[in-house]
Amino acid sequence: MTTARGSAGPRGPGVRSDCWISVELQERGGIELNVRSKVEVLYGASIRQQLLDGLRALEVEHARVEMEDAGALPYVIDARLETAVRRALPDLERELLPPLRIAPSATARDRFRRSRLYLPGNTPKLMVNAGLHGPDAVILDLEDAVAPAEKDAARCVVRNTLRVIDFLGAERMVRINQGERGLDDLNWIVPHGVQLVLIPKVESGAQVRAVASRVADLCATVRRQEPVWLMPIIESAMGALKALEIATAHPSVTSLAIGLEDYTADLGVQRTNQGSESFWMRSQVVNAARAAGVQPIDTVFSDVADEEGLRASVLEARSLGFEGKGCIHPRQIRVVHQALAPTADEVGKARKIVLAFEEAERQGLGVVSLGSKMIDPPVVKRALHTVQLAIATGTLTPTWREA
Amino acid sequence: MSEMIRNAAGRMVPTHVNGEPVVPFQGVGKYQPQGRKAGPPIPTAADFPADGDKRVATLKEALVRAGLRDGMTVSTHHHFRDGDLVANQVFDAAAELGVRDLRWFPSAAFPCHRPILEHMKRGVVRWIEGSLNGPLGDYASKGQMNGVAVLRSHGGRWQAIQDGEVHVDIAVIAAPTADAFGNATGDRGPSACGSLNFALADSQYADKVIVVTDNLVPFPCTPWQIQGNNVDAVVVMDQVGVPAKIISGTTQITKSPDRLLIAELTARFIRATSLYRPGFSMQAGAGGTALATAIYLKEYMREDGVTAAFMRGGSTKYLVEMLEEGLIGAILDGQTFDLEGVRSMRENPRHVATSPFTSYNYHGKGNFASIVDFVVLGATEVDVDFNANVVTHSDGRMLHGIGGWQNCLTAKVTILPIPSMRDRIPVLVDEVTTLVGPGELIDVIVTERGVAINPRRQDLIDQATAAGMPVRSIQEIKAEVEALCGGKPAKPRLTDEVIGVVKWVDGTVIDTIYRVDTDK
Repeated sequence: MTTARGSAGPRGPGVRSDCWISVELQERGGIELNVRSKVEVLYGASIRQQLLDGLRALEVEHARVEMEDAGALPYVIDARLETAVRRALPDLERELLPPLRIAPSATARDRFRRSRLYLPGNTPKLMVNAGLHGPDAVILDLEDAVAPAEKDAARCVVRNTLRVIDFLGAERMVRINQGERGLDDLNWIVPHGVQLVLIPKVESGAQVRAVASRVADLCATVRRQEPVWLMPIIESAMGALKALEIATAHPSVTSLAIGLEDYTADLGVQRTNQGSESFWMRSQVVNAARAAGVQPIDTVFSDVADEEGLRASVLEARSLGFEGKGCIHPRQIRVVHQALAPTADEVGKARKIVLAFEEAERQGLGVVSLGSKMIDPPVVKRALHTVQLAIATGTLTPTWREA
Repeated sequence: MSEMIRNAAGRMVPTHVNGEPVVPFQGVGKYQPQGRKAGPPIPTAADFPADGDKRVATLKEALVRAGLRDGMTVSTHHHFRDGDLVANQVFDAAAELGVRDLRWFPSAAFPCHRPILEHMKRGVVRWIEGSLNGPLGDYASKGQMNGVAVLRSHGGRWQAIQDGEVHVDIAVIAAPTADAFGNATGDRGPSACGSLNFALADSQYADKVIVVTDNLVPFPCTPWQIQGNNVDAVVVMDQVGVPAKIISGTTQITKSPDRLLIAELTARFIRATSLYRPGFSMQAGAGGTALATAIYLKEYMREDGVTAAFMRGGSTKYLVEMLEEGLIGAILDGQTFDLEGVRSMRENPRHVATSPFTSYNYHGKGNFASIVDFVVLGATEVDVDFNANVVTHSDGRMLHGIGGWQNCLTAKVTILPIPSMRDRIPVLVDEVTTLVGPGELIDVIVTERGVAINPRRQDLIDQATAAGMPVRSIQEIKAEVEALCGGKPAKPRLTDEVIGVVKWVDGTVIDTIYRVDTDK
């Protein structure tokens, strides 16, 4: 008798909100469950039923199933079960989709993307509360934060997370892998409500178009209406030189992001805190992004404990023209938002310009003027942005006109 | 087995506990005690050395002289928390003397007291009456203890001794510094641990009082926390406790981003209320989230130029920093949680050691707890009527003591910052497994998913809403959590075997703890 076996998920004493599941396929005998759960009293019966239902959905009739559960939520159990079965049966066609809780929705192309909280794709315990910390976006990461052997497991977790977890208005981003694997990643996320895809290590417009084309095919297949935005990441010398080509490669590109670890390695230099080695590249990306009408977005600041260092880094990025920063810990979100907030002086000027603009509109005037000065349309646009930013940061109330 | 009756909270409770009749809970503030306080026998100075030297060579000899015999009640105290070295020696000595069936009446038991399990198995100790944590809680949970666990608050322990519910035959008090007359203090000496005041009731009401010290100083030991006039004997030994172990895991600031979020919301809530004003007062216990709340609040106080008249606690270095910075006028300290707290108590006259009598005892002429504006506490479960549980988990197992928790509920605003779920365990439930605190005394639940305010407190709802706090109904947060967790959790299967009772602050029985079906 030949048996195939697959297992998925972490096990051991340190595990929380996750589970390990092993599936050993049998030729007869039905399903045999052996479940050890930290929440046995509260959800033991429900967990067993879920496993039976999941195996039926995956058309597994005979198997020995073992589970060590450290309080995994149901959508995580589904992901681990599917991965375990898939590892036993690599050609499995069926999927085990948890019921959709998050209705697909569109995000605005030019919405704020000040903070993007990175969440490792195979670590579900970090996802459930991520939206509560108020980032502009979450990035479910399939690339660097996932070990090569766990890429398949992370796809299941990320897909189920997109379907189930409410990020409370944060834009739902996924960073896919490089190359062909990245294109395959799209199958797992585009039908399930991803709003923006980060493409790593982009060095040509063709790479962006390949992703856009696969996205378009998938959208057509599943009749998805909402846009899937793209954010290419520039993290090599070649990428830096082609920044404008990349930014203008496809209309779904909303932003250009940078990655400095790979970039400095490519240059053969050390990455420093003051960052003179990447100054040209960062300015090049900001210029390319602005020329293409997309947002320039800075990389992450990796010392979580160093709040002052983060603040200085964001202020420097802002002075170069960047509009956003990557975050690797929820504690960084507020610092980023504060550092990107307009100053009281900037807000004061912007308010005057916006009021003058609205007054001119009311009077049907084609020209906006403030005192004796004429105000150009780009200045008005900038002022509107400043006011919105101040409202988003909480330094200006939405009803400021009445005050 | 005792008869069961329904108390005023709707809970079934026994009429007798360990053979003694008990009063069922009658509602908050409803039970009117009768009679006079208990008292020890009248001693005479004629029986004690005129030179004041009460030293006895060994603990064993002191126990013999105190008349230790079968069936007695012996108390020890938890000012060293998990670093206590004396309680185990008391029962080792009792075992050597062949004494049996003792009742151990600690102010709290810790994992370091695991050896007492052996004494229980061998019959030296018959049962433990006091907060049961760690392995002892586990043992009692499984119904293996002879006798029912009686869980009391710190104030309830004073009340029980004072009212004569529990008669202490012999109290053994571990003292970091003492003189030969028995005057003792915890704020100095090589084993300094802070306040000894959990032992104060025992020193006043026990028949016999033994002070054990590793730092004997010439008479007079001043200032004293325990008065030598109440002490029968003084024993000197090498070491009475490990002060480093008063720092438990619960006195570290949380690093969890979700807990920090809860702490920040709690501090913002306090700031949003009308009671947050110059001269306000607060109690923030140990526990990472409560500590983090104090840190956020400190920033707001600095920003707003608001100082507090006093803070009660569990003192830690964070509270001491606020005292020394002038942000708070005084620390009223019930229990010292780290060595900075010990130092401050010794050096700073505005850092005052308080006792369960002054702070908590409900059968007194008032107490400090109800004077406090804000109290920040934890809980294992809260139900939709704001009733809370701190002694059992949702799976029915008894795992925690009450501490001062029940006593603190009389503060003007009682706030429980708690996560709405722990892994897959919903914390907000339809009905608490064990009722420890009645919902009418619990005002605010702060979770990472929003702030639920008791509908009885429209004033707080208005103030928090006006400040833009995320105010939500407790039902709404609970429904959100249940949706994530996959529905309502099943109830633990409990037997009808009573393994413990929970006393309310007035000595009445508020709820019953049953053995879990799968245990034993």
